[in-house]
Parts: sequence; C-alpha cells; structure tokens
Amino acid sequence: MSTQDAEALDVAAIREDFPILEREFNGHDLVYLDNAATSHTPDQVVDEIARYYREYNANVHRGLHQLSQEASIAYEDAHDRVAEFIGASGGREEVIFTKNTTESMNVVAYAWGLSELGPGDEVVLTEMEHHAALVTWQQICKRTGAECKYIGLTDDGQLDMDDARDTITDDTKMVSAVHVSNTLGCVNPVSELADVAHDHDALFFVDGAQAAPNRPVDVEAIDADFYAFSGHKMCGPTGIGVLYGKEHLLESMDPYLYGGMMIRKVTFEDSTWNDLPWKFEAGTPVIAQGIALAAAIDYLEDIGMESVKRHEERLAEYAYDRLTEMDDVDVYGPSPEQGRTGLVSFNLGDVHAHDLSSILNDYAVAIRAGDHCTQPLHDQLGVAASARASFYIYNTEEEVDKLVEAIEGARDLFA
Amino acid sequence: MGMGSDMYRQQILDHYKNPRNYGEIEEATFTHVGENPMCGDEITIDVVLEDDDETIEAVAFRGDGCAISQASASMLTSELRGKTLDELHAMDRDDVVDMLGVDISPMRVKCAVLAEKVAQDGADIYKGDIEDVDITRTEEDDADVPDDA
Repeated sequence: MSTQDAEALDVAAIREDFPILEREFNGHDLVYLDNAATSHTPDQVVDEIARYYREYNANVHRGLHQLSQEASIAYEDAHDRVAEFIGASGGREEVIFTKNTTESMNVVAYAWGLSELGPGDEVVLTEMEHHAALVTWQQICKRTGAECKYIGLTDDGQLDMDDARDTITDDTKMVSAVHVSNTLGCVNPVSELADVAHDHDALFFVDGAQAAPNRPVDVEAIDADFYAFSGHKMCGPTGIGVLYGKEHLLESMDPYLYGGMMIRKVTFEDSTWNDLPWKFEAGTPVIAQGIALAAAIDYLEDIGMESVKRHEERLAEYAYDRLTEMDDVDVYGPSPEQGRTGLVSFNLGDVHAHDLSSILNDYAVAIRAGDHCTQPLHDQLGVAASARASFYIYNTEEEVDKLVEAIEGARDLFA
Repeated sequence: MGMGSDMYRQQILDHYKNPRNYGEIEEATFTHVGENPMCGDEITIDVVLEDDDETIEAVAFRGDGCAISQASASMLTSELRGKTLDELHAMDRDDVVDMLGVDISPMRVKCAVLAEKVAQDGADIYKGDIEDVDITRTEEDDADVPDDA
C-alpha cells in the first residue's frame, strides 16, 4: 500500500456527510458507537437512493423502455463495482445480491449444503461464529445427517490454529469462519484457514460482515470459495447483502429461490436457469439497495480502505487502553498488538450490560448490549451478555473519552 | 436527563442492591422458574399459601439478571404477601410499572414483567388452569413497542 492510501482521515470533513451525527438527546451530543450493528449512511448514498427513485425508478431486465434500461445498467454495473471492490476477477458472474450476510449464508447452505452433505460429512465452524453461520449450518447438518464441529479459541481470545488443523479432516466438506469476530474483535488468518480447508478438499466460506466495512478485502488472495457481507454496515442501506462465490461453484449449484428473473425457458413441465448471477436473484431484486451499495463503495474507496482500517485500529487501541485502565472493567478478545479491529466488548463489574447500556443512553452514548448473536461464545466467556463499543470512520478519541465518562457515571450509580 | 436515568431511580437501585425476600422457602406450596432469554435474566419464585389454599402467606425469590428484573422481583414479592391468587392473576403490566414507579423504556418492559409472569404462571399451574411448563419465558410482544418506536 502506498502511504497515500493510509493517510489519517479528515474526520471533521467526513462528519459533515452524516447529518445524523448532529443529533442531541438527553442534553448531550450523540456519541454513536454501535457501528458493528449498523453504520450510518452518508448524504452521497442517501442522494443516490433518492436520485434512483426520482429519476429512473423501473424494474430491471424485463423492460425495453428508457427507464428500465437505465435501471438495468445501473443495477448490473453495481455487481461489477462490488466485484472490483473485493478483487473478484470473474466480475458480476461471481457477485450475487441478497438481503444480508445471513441470507448469503443460507443461499449456500440450501443450494450447496442440502444436496452435498450427508451422514459422515462434517461442517467445521469456529466457537466465535455469529448465529448467521452457526444456526444455519447447525440446522442444515440436522437435516442432512452431517456433523457440526467447532474450532476452539486460545486463552487470549484468538482462533486456535493448532485446533483448526486437528479439527479439519478429510471428512470436512465445508469450513465456515468469520473474517473478523463481531464480539472479540480479532482478525482471523482466513488465508491460512483456506489452505487447511483446501488441503482436505473442503470448501471455505468467509463471513466478512465485520471485515468488508473496515479493511481491504481480496477474496482471491484469501482463496475464499464464498465470501459474504452486508451493505448497511459499510455506509450502504439495509436490505442489501453480497454473496461472492467462485464461478465454477455457483455454476454447479442449483438455485435457492425459484420464480421470475432467475429462469431462461419455462414450460408447464420444466424450466431452465438464467446465467449467473441472476440464477440466484429470483423475483424483482434489490435494485435501489444494490445501486446504493455501489455508491457506498465509491464513498469508502474515495477515503481509502487502508486509511479506514488504520483509523479503526487506532480508535480500538485507544479504547482498549482506556477501558483496561479501569480495574473493574473486563475487556474480551486479544490486545491491539495481537491484531484487533475497531470494536471492544466489555463488562463493568457485576452490572448487567443492559443496565449499563440504558445508563450510557442518558449520556447519549449508543452502544450494543447483549449477546451480539454469539450466545455460545458468551457461554464460553462465562457471561450472559456484554457491552460493545464499535467504531467507524466518523468516530473520534474524544468520543471514546465520553464513553469512559459515561461508564464512570454508571459505576457511581451502581456503587 | 431522559427516560433512562428515571428508570434507575433510587428505589429501583435500592431493591436491586438490597433485594427483599431473596432466598428459598423449602416448604413452598409451589415454585416456578422463568427467564428472559434475550437478557439472560432468571427468576425462581417460591410461594406459600395459607390454609384457605388461596391467600399468599409468604413469598421468596432468587435469580440473576439486570437491575430492572431483579428490583421488580423484590418489589413484587413484597406486594404479594396477603394477596389472593385471584388478585395475583388480575395483575397486568401497568400494575408492575405503577409498582416500580418509573417509566420503563419499551425494550425493557419484558425485564420488568418477568417476576409477575413467573408468579402468575406458577399459580395457574398449581391450580391446574394451564398446562405445566418447565419454564416461563417473556416474549418480545410483552414489550409492546409503540408504533412510533
């Protein structure tokens, strides 16, 4: 990466693009630290959604009129834009638009898993998997007679690669792992995992929901067979997810949803399927959302993904240091030196995370509290819930200070 | 300060830090357990009835969870002594909110009503009015999120 790619962000200028950050409530300026749940949407993306509906709203593919042609081209080009963003050299054929990461996971689980898995086969997950993968593969395994296995964690909250090499065997047909943990904040060695999976002829699915928003992603460098992420965590709208798949795999898979758009020829007796990626996009697709995702990618790449990554890492390190300075705060996951993205999960003494979050709201500090869709991981950590502060391009160290002040306020209340 | 700080007025914090009727009654007429899966709140309630098999003589609870759920259990168990099972059955969400004396934000109502639901289900199971369930769970719709939330 060139040094220019990793410039410090002009946060003041970026904040101008997000009017929602000007909100005040409970007598305080909003401090939004729930970006791992969803990020905010800059004016540039909101404007693109509005422009679509105001200027060229139409259904895609099937219309021959001017508006439909414009919408079709913009929607199809959005697939190419995403392919370029994640280094998919196959272009649009390898990029399927879905509703979110969870749906992307389910497309593969149903279209590939139900027909390819059976008794004696194994699906290997990690103990830090989000329910999106964990529940999906668990249920597919129940239906097919395959078995789910889990790669454990090291004592310092990282993926145990020795355990990975023991757990992945010739019986393994699929390995599914998060690129970045939404709870621990650790960055998994996905390229190394891909090698282990492929050594055993298993496929490798990467859940990139917490990675694509904040770091350069190259699916071919990782050698991922599938890679999934959501638009709303990276300046895009809700209702748009991406499933990347290697073209030959997507070609070999049957559709997951049937209906209009995804067909080539239909008779009363039988049907044949449309080309990739449309084979997997049944019905009227996510047109406005897909076009807006491309605008969000333009926005982020204008800033530079390497710069986004550095900014997040810097904030995570600052937050980690400030929180670990507090004796009664438990912080989960590895230290910044071991590699950590822009989120920190923690607990304040015996205070329930929901109580903590409610009190932080008095200070207009927005964090997530709960199990973050990783219940089994929280069982492992020995806590019912945790609080999580997560950062994005518009957050500042001053906002981390406000978080710490609010935690101190909660401590006083519960003392 | 907004709704949140009101939610943690002194009375709630006092009941959370110094719960009343906390413990176990071994000779309980009936015992029931409930949980709020989203929060991990858990409450077990023991009830002893008088000889009329209707009036609540003693109540105890034990559990773990957020301040709202535990304070609510502490206050409810204090309120229940001397009440009849019919009176317990007639209680609703508004009674619990009145008892707590604070505004409960929509997302936290299920924490507040957990103890009441556990006591009511325990009584209904004891009387044979509902089928025995191992555990009571508060559901999302207990939160009654307003349309503009």
